[in-house]
Amino acid sequence: MPINPKAKLVEHLLDVKAIEQKPTRDGYGTGLLAAGDENPSVVALCADLMESTRTEAFAQKYPDRFVEMGVAEQNMASVAAGMALMGKIPFISSYAMFSPGRNWEQIRTTIAYNEANVKICGAHAGVSVGPDGATHQAIEDIALMRPIANMTVFSPCDSVEAHKATYAAAKITGPVYVRYAREKTPVFTTAQTPFEPGKAMAFWVEPVRTKPDVAIISCGPLTHNAILAAAELEREGMKVRVINNPSIKPLDKETILKAAKDAKAIVTVEEHQVAGGMGSAIAEFLAQSYPVPVEFIGVQNRFGQSGTPTELIEHYGMGAAHIIEAVTRVIARKS
Amino acid sequence: MPHLHEDKIKFLEEMANQIRQDVIAMVSHARSGHIAGPLGMADIFAALYFHILRHDPKHPEWSERDRLILSNGHICPVRYAAMARAGYFPVEELKTLRTFGSRLQGHPHRTILPGVETTSGPLGSGLSQAVGMAIVAKMDAKKINIYCLMSDGEQECGQTWEAAMLAGKLKLDNLTALIDRNNIQIDGMTEDIMPLEPLRQKYEAFGWHVLDINGHNFEEIANAYETAQAIYEKPVLIIAHTIPGKGVDFMEFEYPWHSKTFKPEEAKESLAQLRTLQGKIKSEHE
Repeated sequence: MPINPKAKLVEHLLDVKAIEQKPTRDGYGTGLLAAGDENPSVVALCADLMESTRTEAFAQKYPDRFVEMGVAEQNMASVAAGMALMGKIPFISSYAMFSPGRNWEQIRTTIAYNEANVKICGAHAGVSVGPDGATHQAIEDIALMRPIANMTVFSPCDSVEAHKATYAAAKITGPVYVRYAREKTPVFTTAQTPFEPGKAMAFWVEPVRTKPDVAIISCGPLTHNAILAAAELEREGMKVRVINNPSIKPLDKETILKAAKDAKAIVTVEEHQVAGGMGSAIAEFLAQSYPVPVEFIGVQNRFGQSGTPTELIEHYGMGAAHIIEAVTRVIARKS
Repeated sequence: MPHLHEDKIKFLEEMANQIRQDVIAMVSHARSGHIAGPLGMADIFAALYFHILRHDPKHPEWSERDRLILSNGHICPVRYAAMARAGYFPVEELKTLRTFGSRLQGHPHRTILPGVETTSGPLGSGLSQAVGMAIVAKMDAKKINIYCLMSDGEQECGQTWEAAMLAGKLKLDNLTALIDRNNIQIDGMTEDIMPLEPLRQKYEAFGWHVLDINGHNFEEIANAYETAQAIYEKPVLIIAHTIPGKGVDFMEFEYPWHSKTFKPEEAKESLAQLRTLQGKIKSEHE
């Protein structure tokens, strides 16, 4: 199977029935706890969503290092800034729709411009939030955080990578945004899978000494869909490279540039508005350095709605079949 | 803090007058910037930097210093002037206010000017940051006072009340906030724009101990901050009644001077008034 051995992925990652399923927010809970165990300066703040953001384990183990903010996300961002200026490493969590959705200016001014060492952790990102509907489905959060100077942005692909991204955030001096999802999704990376800020990695690779027909660059749990699409495309005889790109900012320009040069056609995949998301970041970079056709998988200028996660991913055009269609389109555009 | 002797009061009066002159020189030189608020707060800044704060201008990063958060960043000329006079940076540098490459940004920026404590300008977020600092001071069992200065206009911001609620809940008795109650904001008088009263009862209902003072009387200013240190299990709010544009007769109480800029002759007239003002300011204490 064309899995990159260096990625150390789970063995049966194509077996959607057997693969373990966990929400990425679980990785926030364990990553925060690990960071807190290691560094007593790590503190956590939460806006009345302790259980569902998975802040609970930290709050129970370290009650003196946890502040319950109530439903006050703007206050939470700036209180965290004040705590950071006194030497703490605050992690703030709520649903991404409210933080960074509601407190954007506080994050920009009192955290990012102020160079306050705060980690913004947005749970329930994407339409896969499901039954709660569009009000609670953040599909603009990457676009909100990406243009802020000093900000780092991560979108991990499963709970294991989410743990690593959370833990890594504590080690970075400066503001970091990490987005997490509500729904259980396949756990296909392992503790041995590399995670490094500013690094992307090919999970699925073309046969050795060949060039791929297309490179799919993906972030978040949809990376698993991208791998399923690649497996299907391989059966049709196509050579595909799938790159998992959790570090939206800073971007791994080297890996992306090489993919563009090798494949000469890119499909980006994310559970976010196409406008301003990870695909936009890649297109901005490639337009300047090595322009190739790009097709974008993501939400196309619409709001979400209630439904099951699977229904919504399909309805908004982000299923494996949609990725395959996008691959066909982008290959047709190759000169 | 030490007792306020008569000599010290006289010193603070002269310092406040100097700060007012600095503010007028800075803002007229910059041809932009706020004026009424800084003049109204000059006495409080003189009292803070020269009597109340535990700080070391030569070591602005001293970890045990009191923290002074200026939430309404737009009155920063008065803070810059007080800081320069206290020895944080050369008085000469005041002339660079609002110019390219200056450390004295139009609204204060923490990382380029040591001693500024936080970046501010967008209203309503300073109290939250002060609350965050007060939480950490308690967490780490540090005897540090956290002071926050706010405008009255920014009491219209919802975030101010989110912070007030949290400070009350956590009984942050190491936090003393002060509202510059000058009754003006950009579009007019606060009570016309958005009635704020009864401010005292509102904060009391949020679990605060509230003091009302004349913001131009040094004894009242010093007493209020001294009282604040003696209050346990409650954050303290000082409502400082001030006269916007204090010290320059054609600006006092006039809301258009909130952010209006000077004509050269107006700046000249203001400075002339301040230089002959000692008697007028003293009258507050009689």
